[in-house]
Amino acid sequence: MSRSTAIEAGLGPAAAEQSAAAGPLRARRWRSPRLRKKTELTILLAPGLILFVGFVFVPIVIAAYYSFYNWSGYGPLNDFIGFRNYSYAFKDPAFIQAIEHTLDLTVASVVIQGPLAIGIALLLNRKFFGRGFLRTVVFAPYVLPPAVTGVMWSLILQPGGFADQVLKAFGLGGLVQLWLANVHIVLFTVFVVLTWQYLGFGIVLLLAGLQNIPNELKQAAAIDGAGPWQVTRRITLPLLAPTIRIWGFITVIGSLQIFDVVWILTQGGPANASGTISTYMVLEGVDSTDFGFASAIAVILFAFCFVFALIYQRFALRRDTQGALTRAVG
Amino acid sequence: MRSSRALAAVALAVTTATAAAACSSGSSSSTPSAATGGGASSSSSSGTTAKVTLTWWNNATNQPLLGVYQAAIKGFEAAHPNITITNVPIQNELLQDTKIPLALEGSNPPNIYQQWGGGVLGQQVTSGKVDNITADVSSWIGTISGASGWQANGQQYGVPVDLHVVGFWYRKDIFKKVGITVPTTLAQLESDDAKLRAAGYAPIAVGSKDRWPDAFWWEYFALRDCPQSTVTAAIKSESFGASCFGTASTDLAAFLKTNPFQTGFLGTSSQQGAGSSAGMVASGKAAMELQGDWDPSVMQGVSTNKNLSSELGWFPFPQTPGSAGSQTAVLGGGDGYSCTGSQQQAQACAEFLEYLDSPSVQAQIVGPGASGEPVLTSESSAITLPATQTAAAYFKTASYEELYFDTALPTKPGQNLDTAIADYFSSPSSSTAAAIANSPSTP
Repeated sequence: MSRSTAIEAGLGPAAAEQSAAAGPLRARRWRSPRLRKKTELTILLAPGLILFVGFVFVPIVIAAYYSFYNWSGYGPLNDFIGFRNYSYAFKDPAFIQAIEHTLDLTVASVVIQGPLAIGIALLLNRKFFGRGFLRTVVFAPYVLPPAVTGVMWSLILQPGGFADQVLKAFGLGGLVQLWLANVHIVLFTVFVVLTWQYLGFGIVLLLAGLQNIPNELKQAAAIDGAGPWQVTRRITLPLLAPTIRIWGFITVIGSLQIFDVVWILTQGGPANASGTISTYMVLEGVDSTDFGFASAIAVILFAFCFVFALIYQRFALRRDTQGALTRAVG
Repeated sequence: MRSSRALAAVALAVTTATAAAACSSGSSSSTPSAATGGGASSSSSSGTTAKVTLTWWNNATNQPLLGVYQAAIKGFEAAHPNITITNVPIQNELLQDTKIPLALEGSNPPNIYQQWGGGVLGQQVTSGKVDNITADVSSWIGTISGASGWQANGQQYGVPVDLHVVGFWYRKDIFKKVGITVPTTLAQLESDDAKLRAAGYAPIAVGSKDRWPDAFWWEYFALRDCPQSTVTAAIKSESFGASCFGTASTDLAAFLKTNPFQTGFLGTSSQQGAGSSAGMVASGKAAMELQGDWDPSVMQGVSTNKNLSSELGWFPFPQTPGSAGSQTAVLGGGDGYSCTGSQQQAQACAEFLEYLDSPSVQAQIVGPGASGEPVLTSESSAITLPATQTAAAYFKTASYEELYFDTALPTKPGQNLDTAIADYFSSPSSSTAAAIANSPSTP
């Protein structure tokens, strides 16, 4: 293995030195560098590829196949109904509601969590006493498993529970609501809990992005007379944009698929007031054992995510990924 | 936001399910002779002394029923040295909603598995994996109660081992403190509710988050308002369009207007933790709950109150004088078991079920096991909890027992009904009432 191929294989210069030192005999065994490269690629990529095909691609194809059948999960697949599962889904008010709720949560996540995460990340990027502690505190909720978050908040939000007591203690008893039982409030409650859980992720991602912005640029701008707001607006934010775009991508896909916290908090209720596409899918598939229909919902959700991913890649992430690829290959 | 891990897990489960299903979807044979039964093996093809191993899936994950089942296995194996039973207790929702449907689609279902009869069992039978044990149990099935609920197409595809009745579990100490008595009519219940609320208690707790506890309410109003023949016909035709079901909805709406439930009941779960409806009764925040006879053990599980069992009482759903239905009909169900596997395994399974339904084991299941009412009425005396004794005594005098509607119907119509009733609880209106009437037939 020569130094260059070791680097190409991702083993780094140290490994290249080592293999070069191990002797040229081994390298000579490979008559054709192209064959060697192909073999390496096969060995390195095959496990991942097999997992991807077996656990991502094949299930998608199988789900699409099931979605054309009326199938309760028992017995053979013999009731082919074409696109009827799909047409029924879009006629079901509960599914339309679930799509609306999912989009509400997605838009709210981007519009509210985004600026919040950027603002807090900018603050936490400044040097001050206790910064490390605050960074840990902000990130802590993200480390909790969503199931734990759901159980914890369902206890906090019980009528007369911790949240109500805190509000009353601060003289805000008038704001107390039936957080999880009021059909007009429950979606907001779910969003607040989701924000509590996932805000830290955005902050940490953006903090990492901020570390990569060279101080010299900010100093140069300051020397040229730019104030703190101008430095942030003209230097920091544009250079942070690739990170913000990646955060947006992860957030939108995560929001479209949101299930765990919602399921534990409300199971999509009451009266479907907090149901999302995923909770609807699980209710129809697991509870009602209508696997054909639930497969159609799964395919619709997949289509939403896939179309968004393609559009976002094409129009938002293209510059970033092109740059990344150029650097890696070049 | 990031929910990909959990969603991936769900997707994986669904995928595994569907993949497993795909492997067996071509087979619709009703004589699964090649099945080895959940990892079990049958080493010989003929003769009653051939060794048979059976895998038994049930939801008795906790004491005391777990111990009763383990002792039953020991007793049975001692009397049948050629049969070995492997006990596999599985958490209830996981068992019913996920494990059993997937296992019945796979090639290796458990030889004995728990289900609740009715339309759901009928649907499981379509998998072609459930054994028809009519001939194996014919000699003794007539001696037990409730066996017809475990039939499909007139054939016995399962056998109940205990029965359940839904009624009011109430705190005798709270009733005494407030100075009220057990209500026999709906008007009395409403009057009791008002007094309990004035005394600072939530009169009735309900776990609406789970939807099925709401369904108990509507179904009881339906039993009171509709003749038995109408109820039976509605379940058979999967349609609740008869006008008496509309009356049931109206009666329920009028009752909901009296504000009988705890604050925020739409967000309350029925069995999970101290904040659940069972937990509220156990902790004395609520005075009563309409639930099945498993409720005392659920309450004990979420409470540290050692005197709870003596503080609990039971009374049937109140009467609604002047209504067209039976005033003493009860809503209920039971725990039953079905068999899968070869003919020899099915025979062994049926023998085990006969053993579970024998007087001595029945006494253990409803006595120390505290699992509802016995299928042998002679063993009612073995029940130890006073409140459950009251329920069992009333059960004997009931005009008839109707299976929970969501179980009597096939799975999807049953779930649709539960959802429609839960929506009605959230906002009773003519449109949500119409949704209940049409719910089972929703595609």
